[in-house]
Amino acid sequence: MKLRANLVIGGALFATVVVAGALAPFLAHTDPVMDANLMNAEVAPGSEFWFGTDAQGRDIYSRVLYGARISLTVGIVSQLINTVIGVCLGLSAAYWGGWWDDFVNGLTNLMLAIPSLIFALAIMAILTPGLTSLLIALGLTNWSYTCRLSRASALSLKSQGYVQAAKVLGYGDIRIMLTQILPNILGPIIVIGTLGMGGAVLAEASLSFLGLGIRPPFPSWGSMLSDARDQITTAPWISIFPGLAIFMTVLGLNLLGDGLRDVLDPQSRARTA
Amino acid sequence: MSGEALLKVDNLRLDLVVGSRRFGAVKDVSFSIGRGETFGLVGESGCGKSITALALIGLLRAPLAFGGGRILFKGREIQNLPGSEMRKLRGNAISMIFQEPMTALNPLSPVGRQIAEMFVLHKGATWHEAERKAVEALANVRVPAPDRRVKDYPHQLSGGMRQRVMIAIALACRPDLLLADEPTTALDVTVQAEILELIRDLSAAQGTAVLMISHDLGLIANMCARVGVMYAGRLVEERAAQEVFRAPSHPYTGGLVASLPLLGARASHGRSRLKEISGVVPAVTAFPEGCRFNPRCQARTEICIAEDPEETALPRGGRVRCHHHA
Amino acid sequence: MLQFVFRRLLQAIPILLAVAGLIFLLFSVIPGNFASTQISDGRAVMDAEAVERMNRQFGLDQPLATRFANYVGKLAMLDLGTSFRTRQPVWTLIGERLWPTMQLAFASMMFAILIGVPLGFLAALRPGGIVDTVSMVTAVSGLSLPKFWLGLMLMYLFALQLGWLPSFGYGDGALRNLILPSIALGVAPLALLARTTRAAVLEIMNADFVRTARAKGMSERRVVQWHLARNALVIVLTTVGLQFGSVIGQAVVIEKLFAWPGLGSLLVDSVSLRDIPVVQGCILVIVLFFLVVNMLVDVLAAIIDPRIRYS
Repeated sequence: MKLRANLVIGGALFATVVVAGALAPFLAHTDPVMDANLMNAEVAPGSEFWFGTDAQGRDIYSRVLYGARISLTVGIVSQLINTVIGVCLGLSAAYWGGWWDDFVNGLTNLMLAIPSLIFALAIMAILTPGLTSLLIALGLTNWSYTCRLSRASALSLKSQGYVQAAKVLGYGDIRIMLTQILPNILGPIIVIGTLGMGGAVLAEASLSFLGLGIRPPFPSWGSMLSDARDQITTAPWISIFPGLAIFMTVLGLNLLGDGLRDVLDPQSRARTA
Repeated sequence: MSGEALLKVDNLRLDLVVGSRRFGAVKDVSFSIGRGETFGLVGESGCGKSITALALIGLLRAPLAFGGGRILFKGREIQNLPGSEMRKLRGNAISMIFQEPMTALNPLSPVGRQIAEMFVLHKGATWHEAERKAVEALANVRVPAPDRRVKDYPHQLSGGMRQRVMIAIALACRPDLLLADEPTTALDVTVQAEILELIRDLSAAQGTAVLMISHDLGLIANMCARVGVMYAGRLVEERAAQEVFRAPSHPYTGGLVASLPLLGARASHGRSRLKEISGVVPAVTAFPEGCRFNPRCQARTEICIAEDPEETALPRGGRVRCHHHA
Repeated sequence: MLQFVFRRLLQAIPILLAVAGLIFLLFSVIPGNFASTQISDGRAVMDAEAVERMNRQFGLDQPLATRFANYVGKLAMLDLGTSFRTRQPVWTLIGERLWPTMQLAFASMMFAILIGVPLGFLAALRPGGIVDTVSMVTAVSGLSLPKFWLGLMLMYLFALQLGWLPSFGYGDGALRNLILPSIALGVAPLALLARTTRAAVLEIMNADFVRTARAKGMSERRVVQWHLARNALVIVLTTVGLQFGSVIGQAVVIEKLFAWPGLGSLLVDSVSLRDIPVVQGCILVIVLFFLVVNMLVDVLAAIIDPRIRYS
């Protein structure tokens, strides 16, 4: 019962955000960047501006819709990069062993010792703020769990009969990894990836909030909140809606991840999150 | 026997509760154990012997539940005792040894303390006294250098040593009844004999009755005077141990006996190949109609599928539950 | 025990060195340096000669290998270098900021532990019950909240609307100032600890030795106190240690929001100004702090669990 509630609610929330982002040009009332109108500054939510307007008189509803595009892009792409890195390193380390395994292990421990937001911040420090830099910074700093998981699962699968059989048949190492081992660990990897996507959305918002991610006037939820801070007393709605949007997206991804875990990876415990 | 029985189990029924449905995991099981007697329960895994023992000590956990019947211990019904009353019996008058000595002890406590706990719980001893008695208890189960071993943690001991500690815990309060659930299954063969000997000697010395549970009919026959054979939640045969071997009455028992490897003289002129019973034990949720053994039985007839056999008393003592018993 | 601590210390050293190397490399590949950023940002007017003088002053004109050797050499002497911006030793800058950050990290972890662990425990006692459902829904929500937004909302409600607490600032370390940032920072670890505790208790509830404890005739209360709680604690402890790391990382955003004079705000400010020695110093100190906390946690776990001690 509970299992399905997770999947359904999570899936619905995430689907809402995806639809909002995809259809933003049709759903939005105004252009999110250009339509500033100081005559309309700090209008409270109402029939004309559903979520109100900000200090520059821009429609927050439209900006929140477009913000979904940035958050989703960052979440999905950076997590894909992380997953590819993690799986490649983990599988190859388990499969080839030796010094390569030691090296990957060391690298993973190193990554785990640096809080990932700090690491992303350091990378953003040397790149120019913007979407591409964000994708690099977040895509390079959160692969350690995927790597550990792939390595551990691959190690236990390596000695199994069917993998040995594939070896005897003369399959190449990479072919064995991709066709014999990877499909068997896909479930847990998808779970970690989904939960990590939520983390990436939060990290993007944090970095943009600090002025090190997406820079204004582009409508990232994080940078919108950074702008909104100064008007929190006079116009709290500027802060409320972008924050709710982040919350909804991340909650959706977390519920989806939990639900997928119940389905795809029943043995694992909530601890790995 | 019924008048002086230490334990009398009467039409015990235990249910597996799945949602609103109840499946009879154990049904109409009756047997009794006299003071100081060693009674064996034998059967394949999943036949209900372990949960019978758990029910006797009041440790059934969901999804299993008590479904009916009576458990008389020293003439007193204990199946519905309130928790606090049952706790006074548990460990004190009835105690239990489990199959897995590797995980049955708390990894974070020295073994001495885990034994001492018994004296504190049931005998009102101070920790200081209890720790001293724990050394004695450990010496009693033939652990060398017990005064040093009491300080060891479970992970520092071998499987056999841990099982000795479990026995020391179980016998600490000189219980009237010891439930031994596959006490040697997880151990090396060489250690098995020592542990069984230990249980036999100590229970004899203390006058403790033993309910020995095993899938190994040979082991049961060695240890016990009487044997109950369980299959799919039913007690199918209950007799003196030698009788069971000599002339099994239920086809299932016959199959069990035939599957034993034979040693020595009997082997030389006996069958040269081990027999096995074809098929597997059905799941609790899918017990067949009629006699529960019928799908695997070679003597099956119409009536076996249609009717559940009643218990029949055997002329030479004991009971059997079969339409076509030998 | 001592041997265990010693071994743990030895394990931490290579990680710290690797972090130092990584950070150094990261900031050596920057296109442009402090001086040229100052020019392009229009923050200072400098001619080419001034840039060169500055580079020479900070040793930036030397080859990479030499610079790395110098850097490690100084690190070994516990010298983190000099700030490009203020020309003060990095240690002095960090020293001023260390205590407020530690206060914030400890306060939010205390908040998370004191509420999260009991909550997870209660949830596990009756899985599927009302307490369980409510606390697990709360936990997944807590994990999904953006911390700075939560902080902003708390600030709006309790400081600006109700006026109960100061809206920002350190206030010379007054407890009143600590409350809002600690809550904002502590909600995520609270949620995670509640989930971990619940999972740990559920796992141990079904362990064989808990059944043994019951078979001994112990009361349920005693089973929970003596056998269940301690075993669950070992699992929870590890999560506490790991969460410290993420709390210190996330503190960056909360410190910035509440104008808290900690390491995090120093780090963010230095990043935007490209004050590399300070950035490197901050990250090293944060990693060091994380490693030390985790070592303490491991030692604590080893005190409780003999298996860790002897492994």
